[in-house]
Amino acid sequence: MVNSKEFYIENFKTFVEKLNGQSKLFLHEIRKDALKQLAEMDFPTNRNEEWKYTNVSPILKQNFVPAVNTSAPDFSKEEINKFLFNDFDYHLLVFVNGIFSEELSEIGALPKGVVVGSLNKTAKDNPQLITAYFNKISKTDNAFNALNTLYAFDGLAAIVPDGKVLEKPIQVLYLNTSRDDLVLSQPRNLIVAGKNSQLSIIANYRGYGEKKYFTNIITEVFVDERAIVDLCKIQNESDKSYHIEKVQAHQKEKSVFNHYNITFGGAIVRNDINSRLDDQNIETHYYGLYLAGGKQHVDNHTFIDHAKPNCMSNELYKGILDDNSRGVFNGKIIVHQDAQKTNAYQQNKTILLSKTAAIDTKPQLEIFADDVKCSHGATVGHLDETSEFYISSRGVPQELAKSMLIRAFANDVIETIKIEPLKEQINHMIFEHLHRVEIVNSEESR
Amino acid sequence: MNEIKEKETKPTEEISDDMKVLDDLTSSEYKWGFVTEIESETAAKGLNEDVIRMISEKKNEPDWMTEWRLKAFRYWQKMEEPKWANVHYSKIDFQDISYYSAPKQKPKLSSLDEVDPELLKTFEKLGIPLEEQKLLSGVAVDAVFDSVSVATTFKETLKEKGIIFSSISEAVQEHPELIKKYLGSVVPYTDNFYASLNAAVFSDGSFVYIPKGVRCPMELSTYFRINSQETGQFERTLIVAEEGAYVSYLEGCTAPIRDNNQLHAAVVELIVLDNAEIKYSTVQNWYPGNKEGLGGIYNFVTKRGACRGKNSKISWTQVETGSAITWKYPSCILQGDNSVGEFYSVAVTNNFQQADTGTKMIHIGKNTKSTIVSKGISAGRSNNSYRGLVKIGKNADGARNYTQCDSMLMGDKCGAHTFPYIEVENNSAKVEHEATTSKIGEDQIFYLNQRGISAEDAVNMIVNGFCKEVFKELPMEFAVEAQKLLAVSLEGSVG
Repeated sequence: MVNSKEFYIENFKTFVEKLNGQSKLFLHEIRKDALKQLAEMDFPTNRNEEWKYTNVSPILKQNFVPAVNTSAPDFSKEEINKFLFNDFDYHLLVFVNGIFSEELSEIGALPKGVVVGSLNKTAKDNPQLITAYFNKISKTDNAFNALNTLYAFDGLAAIVPDGKVLEKPIQVLYLNTSRDDLVLSQPRNLIVAGKNSQLSIIANYRGYGEKKYFTNIITEVFVDERAIVDLCKIQNESDKSYHIEKVQAHQKEKSVFNHYNITFGGAIVRNDINSRLDDQNIETHYYGLYLAGGKQHVDNHTFIDHAKPNCMSNELYKGILDDNSRGVFNGKIIVHQDAQKTNAYQQNKTILLSKTAAIDTKPQLEIFADDVKCSHGATVGHLDETSEFYISSRGVPQELAKSMLIRAFANDVIETIKIEPLKEQINHMIFEHLHRVEIVNSEESR
Repeated sequence: MNEIKEKETKPTEEISDDMKVLDDLTSSEYKWGFVTEIESETAAKGLNEDVIRMISEKKNEPDWMTEWRLKAFRYWQKMEEPKWANVHYSKIDFQDISYYSAPKQKPKLSSLDEVDPELLKTFEKLGIPLEEQKLLSGVAVDAVFDSVSVATTFKETLKEKGIIFSSISEAVQEHPELIKKYLGSVVPYTDNFYASLNAAVFSDGSFVYIPKGVRCPMELSTYFRINSQETGQFERTLIVAEEGAYVSYLEGCTAPIRDNNQLHAAVVELIVLDNAEIKYSTVQNWYPGNKEGLGGIYNFVTKRGACRGKNSKISWTQVETGSAITWKYPSCILQGDNSVGEFYSVAVTNNFQQADTGTKMIHIGKNTKSTIVSKGISAGRSNNSYRGLVKIGKNADGARNYTQCDSMLMGDKCGAHTFPYIEVENNSAKVEHEATTSKIGEDQIFYLNQRGISAEDAVNMIVNGFCKEVFKELPMEFAVEAQKLLAVSLEGSVG
């Protein structure tokens, strides 16, 4: 067996043959650069500070065939229905193994000038919409990024022109699965919000089947002046899958970017969420909730780069770790010398439910400006026995009491989600994932 | 119209005044260093096995000690200089350093009148007693006075209690069994680049042994280790507290120390057995380099304590104001059940100083507790980093950690950074970490100004208040000195 880097480079030839004349597009030039980059890079190891606590060698032990070189599995509308979040209106896009499915998607009516659809199609039909942004926001930080760019083919393209507001959220279902070969799905997403525009995206990553697969994503987000973007990622890949995503946001003056990151699935999960605040009066909010059981390994790295004055960032990450799972949190904030009057807050709280769960957390502040207010806090603990006892003493079974406390702990993050029905469905997933007694919202049960 | 204009301009003037004072305060130069020309016996530059054998021979060391040094040296040769710290400096040429320099007799001054008056002023400001002033500035101590001097009385009292307090070279000769047992048992010669280098070439240092059940009646201080007041380039300190013993050890002094050696790589090892406690306080005020960032000491120190016994306790307190580069992490290995580790630190950087300091708390035993309070103050163009590790092992049931690290910035060209690593593998542990960074409060300065307190006094008061939690951990006399030292460090040529 060839090592995975060589395997991916070798497979690129097959991919180029399949491209069928599309190799003349601007995208292909970018792929060729990525080929050079990947050839020069090695996949990160524990000796790399950014990957100190996450060992990716299990991912590299197998060769995953890039989805573009495999035949796409078929799903019916009924089959995908159970993966969707419901009870509210949305534009639906479905990607199977990272490739857009016209039949399963229901985009519906969009305001004039708004493009929501497949990146591949947009690159063919309206390349001028994306050339200014594509691969310009995200720089290649590691071999996984290079790998994504090498096979960059399809993914979400959401381009909202100046002054347009998308009333309904976009729900993007990324359904990943392996049939014959082990599959590498690599959605490549580009979100561009023009001046004074607004949009909300629910990125719904799901796994299907028992076989292993590997999802490696790059999401680029450009938020222009006074635009508001909500990006809510809910990841529930199958237990044996590997999931790596890099989100890179670039924000302009007075813009707001809210990122929600809720992790349930995956054997090894790594999220890099980075924002560059390159103008004044920007607001950035990161909310994260990760639940892990079994032998899951969940790693969240966030990086907020305060380059200009008068910006505000707020970050709240909470983790609930059970069984033999392991969590990693690294929250980096850099406040540059020019970035006076910066307010940057960060909190990371973790609950260990079992004796064998573990967490490695590193909140990291690097501050070069003096007129700032920055703070970070990190706590690690277990469910409070006295609270548990108090609830039990009122006749609540112990297991339910525990669930109540877990629900209360997760609530700070769940509450920040703006779509009500989504909150309840996420709440349901929490207890399903942890195999614990569910707390049903009292109003609903009445 | 004119009147209105005047009113408008006034506040800006005040602000610029404030800025000026801040600027003055933070741009002060290290005035108080002094160099004494002393004749010394110095080995040729460079490092090889022969040099190490020579050092060992000069010290008349037994074979096992020479062998240990050589092992360390061979290991060191294979190591690479660490690059991970958040400090920048030009590469050190380890072959361009002389590794042995035995100071000969100092030129004795006959009275304090001959000492540089500037220096005396500093001493006065720091409140150093007259006798210590003499000791520090190399004035011959009056023979009559000497016989009753604090130091001699100290030595006698210690001897009575069975406490060993000597230089490490002496201890190698007189108590080889203790040295063999404990030296390198907390910081092995394989530990890190500078610790290995230190193990190979260490010049001298202190050895303290507190026997079972003895409470050391006074603060032990390097001041009083009469025969070796010189701060060595590669110091090695070893302190052992037997069951139920207690000792408080003071290292360094508030008085400024200038040294021709640019690289300092010291190692400190503490060993605490059942129910024993060591309190280790440091005040470091080595030459930080001039205003342009030239010169200054590189201070790369490995300090570690092992709480081996049940209910044992180690408490590190440090006030770091000197050195061009500080790179040190006094750590605690909490092995014994119910053992306690504490770390209190104030690090002040000014001009071009760089400090990367913090602690490691390794929880291994059950119900172990650790507290970390770190206060960083950066001014000028300096960079101040807190880097810490809290590790809760699998079997450390009921472990508890509280960490607080606050940074204060004075001026817009300095940096304050925090790199806390928290690794928890036991769910019964409780770990809390808090960090804040902020500017020195303008409203606080204003409030004090308005009550007739000058801007510089106000800054001193605020900084002292900011560091209060740490200062209260210092032994009383030291605390008073440290407060004044902080004022001196941030003060300009004004008063």
